Amino acid sequence: MDMKRDYYEDIRLLDSGPQVFWLVVLLGALAAFPLVADSYQIYTVNLIAINVIVALGLNLLVGYTGQISLGHAGFFAIGAYSTLALMLNAHLPFFLALPLAGFISAAFGFLLGLPALRLEGPYLAIATLGFGLTITQILGRLDVFGGHMGLQAPPLELFGLKVASDAGRYAVIMPICVILTWGLRNLTKTRVGRAFVAVRDSDIAAECIGVNLTYYKTLAFAVSAFYTGIGGGLMAFILGFISPHTFNVMVSIMFLAMVVVGGLGSILGSVMGAVLITWLQLELARIGELPLVGPVLTELSNQVFTLSGLPNVQYVVFGLIMVLIIIFEPLGLYGFWIRTKIYWRTWPF
Amino acid sequence: MLGQLITSGIAIGATYALMALAMVIIYKTSEVLNFAQGDMAMLSAFVAYMCLSTYGLGFAMSFTLALAFAFALGAFLEFAFLRRAKEPNVLGLIIITLGLEMMLYGLASWRWGSDQKDFPFPVSDFEVHQLGGGVVISELNLVTLGVACALMILLFMFFRYTKVGVAMKATQQNQQAARLMGIRVGRIMMLTWGMSSVVGACAAFLIATTDTLDPNLMWTPQLKGFSAAVLGGMTSLVGAVLGGFILGVVENLFGGYVSVEFKAVVAFAVIVLILCVKPSGLFAKHYVRKV
Repeated sequence: MDMKRDYYEDIRLLDSGPQVFWLVVLLGALAAFPLVADSYQIYTVNLIAINVIVALGLNLLVGYTGQISLGHAGFFAIGAYSTLALMLNAHLPFFLALPLAGFISAAFGFLLGLPALRLEGPYLAIATLGFGLTITQILGRLDVFGGHMGLQAPPLELFGLKVASDAGRYAVIMPICVILTWGLRNLTKTRVGRAFVAVRDSDIAAECIGVNLTYYKTLAFAVSAFYTGIGGGLMAFILGFISPHTFNVMVSIMFLAMVVVGGLGSILGSVMGAVLITWLQLELARIGELPLVGPVLTELSNQVFTLSGLPNVQYVVFGLIMVLIIIFEPLGLYGFWIRTKIYWRTWPF
Repeated sequence: MLGQLITSGIAIGATYALMALAMVIIYKTSEVLNFAQGDMAMLSAFVAYMCLSTYGLGFAMSFTLALAFAFALGAFLEFAFLRRAKEPNVLGLIIITLGLEMMLYGLASWRWGSDQKDFPFPVSDFEVHQLGGGVVISELNLVTLGVACALMILLFMFFRYTKVGVAMKATQQNQQAARLMGIRVGRIMMLTWGMSSVVGACAAFLIATTDTLDPNLMWTPQLKGFSAAVLGGMTSLVGAVLGGFILGVVENLFGGYVSVEFKAVVAFAVIVLILCVKPSGLFAKHYVRKV
């Protein structure tokens, strides 16, 4: 049913007519969204869009190329800090500073990719984790970047227009998100994307059929870091203020959680994972006020736990989701979606 | 100055070595990189704290209870979560342990809040011994050093000379074959996790005494323990302990002579550099994977 019959079927970006239709509907909905939504909803969607960008980048590395990274908060930080530093110190306009920050981040990705050539599994996990921690430590000590006090984001200005509202930022972020998603879809359909997948499935076999491991592994790190850096640059303007504490290890873990919960090696999965985790993060931060669950948990907190520690329930929930996803649906939400689709397509058989 | 830096480096390294030992026990048997190690230990330390301050039990009683809790916790986590994953890959296992880490962290900070507590301990950090040449070491550091070395030797003997220890090594090398030889792999795994959790809990008691007790207690020691284990080669007990000492000393020397500010990150720089030269750590045989 989903079998590819020739080469062109494998490389085309959209598989079927209905897919084109739904894509147009989605783009229309995204364009109309700021006209109907209130400020907080737009803010939420902005956050989601940024996390989608990062999740896509991370999924390219983890899901498509099979390299573990626990240090993407480092690239996120590099992107955010470079964007602000380029704008504040070099007085570059935003539309130049953001891609430049992406390329700076990509350069660091390339550097991290070099030791990764020789490492795998747990060793790579430790090396990337160490990278993430090192970056935030170093950023916290450099006076150019405000040290531990952090940096204040300058007002966002695009071609002479001041962007101050959530809707304005939406108009900047969402197109970038859509373009980057499109770009990744394109990349995975090319020779490069297939080389990544070959490296994931077996790097030795890939090398035997002529995939240059040095080139493609470092390239995967660089592209992934580019996406994450762009995400970080945009995040700086959402937050308005960044400090090294913004980019702690938990951020890296949450990015990884998005990719795993959404589905490894799938673009739709990255989007779904980013949407779910970001939404949960916002909702669970004020878990005591939620209907139904809130009063029960508050009562429980008073009797057994502490009320001041109630927001920490979010970690329990996230942890449980991650564990359960791996145990019951290793392909994540995407796998669940595929199974549901096949179930209905073949119903009643 | 140099002598003092090296001595206190070794003393700090001993706590890293304990955490590294705990990681290595699990990795040796099941090839799982356990990110929940630190928080399992942290929870055990909180149980000890609760026994001591809330229920007013004695030190011996409290620590025994907490270690028993640690063993049960480790065995339970393996039984309830790790075993349920069907044919997981390296990434899947890392995600599961990360998830467990978050759950344990969330539960501990929900129950005890994030304020810092003083952890009572029979040995003081302030009574120091002269080692000659102006070099001093505190009593607590001596105890830590002793515990780390004793546990290393005990575990080494355990893996070398007992039937269960050999069964654990067999499980790591080939689960299928081990099962065919009559080893109950599931039970061995539970035992491994329990043991590792107990070693981690010992580390947590000692670290909580020098530091204060709060839910973030074990995060840094865990990372340093990881680094030490990676340095020693993930499968070697002696390597893990030596890795811990090396890391502690290098860190302290760097802090003393180069820059205190970047002391925290030098461990990772060392790791990355050494792994570039020896991808499987210093003390493990480099094994080549079959395709």
